[in-house]
Amino acid sequence: MRADPMLPTPYRVAERVVETHDSATLRLEPVGTALSGARPGQFCMLYARGIGEVAISISDAQPGGSLVHTIRDVGAVSRALHDAGAGTTLGARGPFGTNWGLESAAGHDLVIVAGGVGLAPLRPVVLGALARRGDYGRVVLIAGARGPDEFLYRDQLAQWATGDDIEVERTIDRPTSGWDGPVGFVTEPLARLSVRPDRTIAFVCGPEPMMRYSANVLIDKGVPAGDIRVSLERNMQCGVALCGHCQLGPLLVCRDGPVVDYATAGPLLTVREV
Amino acid sequence: MREDLARFPVLHGLTARQRAEVAGVAHEVSFPARRRIFDEGENARSCWLIRSGQVALDTDVPGRGPVIVQTLGPGDVLGWSWLVSPRRWHFGAVTLQPVNAVELDATRLRELADADPALGYQLALGLFEAVLSRLQSTRARLLDVYGSPRAR
Repeated sequence: MRADPMLPTPYRVAERVVETHDSATLRLEPVGTALSGARPGQFCMLYARGIGEVAISISDAQPGGSLVHTIRDVGAVSRALHDAGAGTTLGARGPFGTNWGLESAAGHDLVIVAGGVGLAPLRPVVLGALARRGDYGRVVLIAGARGPDEFLYRDQLAQWATGDDIEVERTIDRPTSGWDGPVGFVTEPLARLSVRPDRTIAFVCGPEPMMRYSANVLIDKGVPAGDIRVSLERNMQCGVALCGHCQLGPLLVCRDGPVVDYATAGPLLTVREV
Repeated sequence: MREDLARFPVLHGLTARQRAEVAGVAHEVSFPARRRIFDEGENARSCWLIRSGQVALDTDVPGRGPVIVQTLGPGDVLGWSWLVSPRRWHFGAVTLQPVNAVELDATRLRELADADPALGYQLALGLFEAVLSRLQSTRARLLDVYGSPRAR
């Protein structure tokens, strides 16, 4: 029987990996019964005892009920989660929302565009595509960050970049000494990319302006808006479409998102105060 | 060369005849990695259409040395300061990887544009599109969208 979706399930921090100056990845093991059925693109509500709860996307698919979440310290709750060391008990509800639907992209080229911590929810897309590499055509990852030290999963990115299974381009916004890679917004390598518009599915995640600009470049290349999937971020609270805090026009993002195709999301993202 | 030029977005608006004229002022060039193509302040006499490789635009900052402000890649146009006065490079350019490119003689290109305003107009539109795209990317970087909300 599925657990009460409003009741946090206890999880213990089994491992904490520091990613950047303000981001860390937690591997969480269930204390008792595990939450089940987490899919890439979905999120869990993570609870820091006595402080509060926030929505955090799933950043790796794990067997056996483990959860992997990358958390950026941006507020009181996320700081408590980010700082949680091994052995700390947290609460988790979920998984909630829509997923990336990677399986439905079989037979297509995949263009994955990640900005900043937007790489976290997209990492399982990359891992899923690599695990079933033969199911997909060309796989391209464009990852942007503020600076070289602000990429998540730096070792994994470097490893992917050396192989033939995926084309990886890392680009930074703020030039620093010692970096001799690309400097520019993610839209620049994206604009240079030759795509087969009718054979391409794009997965885009990052700050909302970055997603809008990236989607516009893809649309200019002829990729249909319906084939561009973005992950929306709103104020998720209940996670089960009851409270309405995450409403975006006709969508309740916790239920109808976070992954939404751009034909649906695009018109909503340009309306102020929605 | 004519067919090759058709692949560059900056020349998309030109007719086949106009591209043939542009091909007459073009030649292929290759640079090894770490080769400086031009320095800030030098006269701008050429522009390059990058076929492969990566070029960094840089500027010297006291205490920091040459700082890369942007990188360019395949399909991009390198250099547009030749179009308007004072026709000097505002930034330097250095290859980060081996680069293969088409080099255009800027003086002869301007002469072609002066002699055939229709060609000049399409060329200006193509360059404007490239400038606009780069301006928009620069504005997006100015937004600092990846910065920490705590720092705002």
